[in-house]
Amino acid sequence: MSTLIEASTDLALRANDLRVATTLGQEILHGVSFTLQRGRMLALVGESGSGKTTAGLACLGYFRTGLEHTGGTIELSDGTDLLALTDAGRRGLRGGSISYVPQDPALSLNPAMRIGTQIMEVLRVHGYGASEAERRERLADVLTDVGLPNDAAYQRRWPHELSGGQQQRVGIAMAFAFRPEVMVMDEPTTGLDVTTQALVLQTIHQLVTAHNVAGLYITHDLAVVSEVADEVAVMLSGRIVEQGPSDRVLHDPVHSYTRKLLNAVPDLAGRHHIGEVEAVTGALPIISRERAASARVATPEVAGTLLSVRDLRLSYGKNPVLNGIDLELGRGESLMLLGESGSGKTTAARCIAGLNGNFTGTVSLAGQTLAPGTRQRSAEERHRIQYVFQSPLSSLNPRRTIGESVEVPLHMSGSFNRKQRRALVLEALDQVQLAASFIDRRPGQLSGGERQRAAIARALVNAPSVLVCDEVTSALDVSVQASIIDLLRTLQVETGMAMVFVTHNIALARHISQRLAVLHAGRIVDLGTTDAVLENPQHSYTRELLTHVPTL
Amino acid sequence: MLGLILRRLSISAVILLLVSMLVFVATLLLPGDPAQAMLGQQATPDRLEALREQMNLNDPFAERYLHWLGGLFVGDFGVSAASGGSVAELLGDRIAASLVLMALAAAISIPVGILVGTYSAMRRGKAGDHAATGISLVLAALPDFVIGIALVTLFSTTVFTVLPSVTMAPPGEQVWDYPSQLILPVLTLVLVVMPYIIRMMRTTMIEVLDSGYVEMARLKGVPERQVIWRHALPHAIAPVAQVVAIQLAWLAGGIVVVEFLFRYPGVGQALVDAVTNRDVQVVQALAMLIAAVYVVVNLLADIVGIVTNPKLRTGGTR
Amino acid sequence: MTTIDTHSEPVTDTPPGLMRRIIRQRQAKIGLVLTGIVVLVAIVGPLLLPWLTGYTSTEFAGRPFQPGGMFGTDNLGRDILSRFLDGGLTLLVYAALATALGMLLGTVAGMLAAYQGGTLDSIIMRGNDVLLALPQLVFALLAITVLGPQGWVVVLVIGITHAPRIARVTRAAASAVITEDFIRASEMYAVPRWKILLKDVLPNITGPLMVELGLRMTYSIAAIASLSFLGLGMQPPTADWGLMINENRIALTLQPWGVILPVLAIAILTVGSNLITDAVARASATVEESK
Repeated sequence: MSTLIEASTDLALRANDLRVATTLGQEILHGVSFTLQRGRMLALVGESGSGKTTAGLACLGYFRTGLEHTGGTIELSDGTDLLALTDAGRRGLRGGSISYVPQDPALSLNPAMRIGTQIMEVLRVHGYGASEAERRERLADVLTDVGLPNDAAYQRRWPHELSGGQQQRVGIAMAFAFRPEVMVMDEPTTGLDVTTQALVLQTIHQLVTAHNVAGLYITHDLAVVSEVADEVAVMLSGRIVEQGPSDRVLHDPVHSYTRKLLNAVPDLAGRHHIGEVEAVTGALPIISRERAASARVATPEVAGTLLSVRDLRLSYGKNPVLNGIDLELGRGESLMLLGESGSGKTTAARCIAGLNGNFTGTVSLAGQTLAPGTRQRSAEERHRIQYVFQSPLSSLNPRRTIGESVEVPLHMSGSFNRKQRRALVLEALDQVQLAASFIDRRPGQLSGGERQRAAIARALVNAPSVLVCDEVTSALDVSVQASIIDLLRTLQVETGMAMVFVTHNIALARHISQRLAVLHAGRIVDLGTTDAVLENPQHSYTRELLTHVPTL
Repeated sequence: MLGLILRRLSISAVILLLVSMLVFVATLLLPGDPAQAMLGQQATPDRLEALREQMNLNDPFAERYLHWLGGLFVGDFGVSAASGGSVAELLGDRIAASLVLMALAAAISIPVGILVGTYSAMRRGKAGDHAATGISLVLAALPDFVIGIALVTLFSTTVFTVLPSVTMAPPGEQVWDYPSQLILPVLTLVLVVMPYIIRMMRTTMIEVLDSGYVEMARLKGVPERQVIWRHALPHAIAPVAQVVAIQLAWLAGGIVVVEFLFRYPGVGQALVDAVTNRDVQVVQALAMLIAAVYVVVNLLADIVGIVTNPKLRTGGTR
Repeated sequence: MTTIDTHSEPVTDTPPGLMRRIIRQRQAKIGLVLTGIVVLVAIVGPLLLPWLTGYTSTEFAGRPFQPGGMFGTDNLGRDILSRFLDGGLTLLVYAALATALGMLLGTVAGMLAAYQGGTLDSIIMRGNDVLLALPQLVFALLAITVLGPQGWVVVLVIGITHAPRIARVTRAAASAVITEDFIRASEMYAVPRWKILLKDVLPNITGPLMVELGLRMTYSIAAIASLSFLGLGMQPPTADWGLMINENRIALTLQPWGVILPVLAIAILTVGSNLITDAVARASATVEESK
């Protein structure tokens, strides 16, 4: 802890009992206080709806439409209250001494303006330097600072001509151009691949420490926090529930919410178990003998390989998406299919499930080659492979009740009457731990986690032998993710079904899978038991991935 | 970019060609004999036959279509069944008169509509916005003849009698020599067209003002005026060009009712007369003319859209 | 196994139904009252003749332009009130039929184009472009030239010219729904395509379709009244609001009621229906947001 004198000289911004409410009178922030110091980074951590972005924007004296400031101050290093300034006064500070890095650069960069012009605009508006030449020089410098080329041709590029990581660097350059005292960063690495995220975080860290900037880093990702932040403030429903040095908060949390949050974070080493069920890492899942026996009776084919994928290839026009994938999945086994965006992991999963029938190669189940598309597969084959979609917001028809949606697979099999269907639906809801009353609700009345449970129930209702889960937790908050992972493990143990778990998040590997396949540019570059791949990666891509994954 | 525009151009040409087929097929549905209709019941078989030959009525259908289509390109629109004169001659002056009406209406309604719409979007939820949206909502609902008659009752017959309600230019003189006669027809068209431009401009501007890049511009400390002019307005141009195009195209059809109401000697009135007389050649020519205006105006709007979008301009994939 | 309900996420409130959201708006109430009055006049009006005025709508009450009766007589000496009371029903019925036809054709074409994609989509949308190149009124006039000014021609041509406009809106709305994963899910379970359109797509585009219904109804009324106004819709001696305006506008100074009554009725009707439509649009927009 710094001494009192140091703290006062280093103070860059102090939020004091900040209150923000909707224009309809509902309070969103209930008195939030924090201090930003030069050369140090404060991470504001919270799940969706916690008010962390609202608090961050308030540091720039900015409130989104429908929100208004109702109390508290933002005190600057010279003692003035930012929120007491006029509009013109606040505008003079924004982008100048207090700058902002947005969450989604694809939406925040003006698509009709060249990137050089957008950075120059900040310098012009705030009157950087004495001449246009000086501003040009600064523009070139700041592009170098964030690790981008600074030649004239690059400055003349349009935002859509850059990759996501480059766009985010432009966003950081824009925020850093005027040499701000305070930088507010709103989840600047969300949506970036692990490797790009690591590089962007590194850039941010360098800039903040080298130029003595006070940083506020807003995020939901505790693993990232440990990489960048000196201090942490944990937010829950508009309040800061715990605040302190990041080492202390991350390793010795006081508040129960912080503990719960930390407990839910998956870690690569698998040191702790997220959720309550024992991890299934390594050995086969613990299937009770009776179940294993009955499963064997029901399917008298060869034990061992259940699903086998041979030379799966698919291209859209001239762009190859899958370049020949070979995979095998044993009975009751859980396989993680890991890949970054664009690796072809979702396409591969959809080919297996028959959602995308345009591939070449074969998918066979228990020795039987399946038709490419679900409409050509038999009802029995359709039942045995089930697929759960990424976004529970999108995978349930908002105009149907949960019961009606879950019932669809049963309805299509045509072998049950209304009463049997209802009983099976209720059983499936019970399996995913949803109360019977959910049967008559609509998706709009459910939370994200509950919707995902309902979507899983729809996949379970026909008792599949293979469950394909496509990024099922990526749209969910970390604590909800933990409960869904928990649920999937439980189900796997109970039903003995095999599972393909598609994800971009390698940290989940030890929590969900026995074997791990790493997909890169449409090819499997690493395949083996989870421990083997994580401890002894064969491919340079996997090694790179492992070095860049943030850990607590 | 050029490739995209050329592609768009060829689509327009194909559409116009298909429209011409549609319009020409209409003649097939016409009961009776056009030659008979022109010459009346007392015509001798010889004269009928001669006229049929002259109008190519004896040729196969496809040949007649091609002949008609070829004629359109050289300004030969056929012969009016009602007057016996050339359609092109009949319409010459009227096209100019209608264009004056359309141009005046467009010149007023487009800039005013864009200004009011932008103002309304920027003062969202305030009194000025409510007034503008309320009035345009009501005006947008009213059929054009209702607006026209309301203006006539208000300004030339019942309440005040300050403006002429009908257009009467002596033969040989042009309509624009009597500006006071133009006021009510133009005002009617403006009141019909403007609400749509206002509403679209407002919606588009609100969408743009709520976008991430406008918020970012504000968070960069860019002054509000510059936010509007440099960050918001450029993104509103393309969608508004679309609406303006639709409205201009609508004007091409909408002048029918307004010209009929004010007895304005333009193509609209000619169209109504031709329909009353079942003068197919004239109706076909006018339909093609109006369709051509529609297609060209829409083409221009799409080109504006292509030019103002750097993603399309630089040929990037979407 | 125990059931847990301790998920920490906030659960969105149940949004009230679309209908309740519509009715809650003041402008919807005003619109309903305005439309209600005119529709009532149009429906009840013919039943009151000749009991109320002493005349049927085609009887000659006296000499032209007399001040007798409540609103006087028209150019042929017929009682204006009688003609007014009798003149709205055909307009409403024709407009409703034309709108229904357009909605049916447009919705089916739009949903098919969105769902099937590929060649069918191109054919439907290019066909739309061709139909859209002719303004509605011009298209109608072309049809009337060759087929004559008859009721079925008017209904058919207004309905058909609405269809491509409705198809565009439907296709756009349906395309957005079709990218959703619940459509993928239904396909995965091999649900028949017609059932996907009916149960998964249609219920999720009712908002835009209801807006379109209101809009097209307003335009149908305007278009059919306009045709009659041009003398090319309803034919004499039918009592019809549009035709009344056409017949009486020359004598606007002598006998303004013959024009003012029907103009007012059409104005109130279209403004009322547009107010309702706008309320529907707002209501369905807020439903979308809260999803």
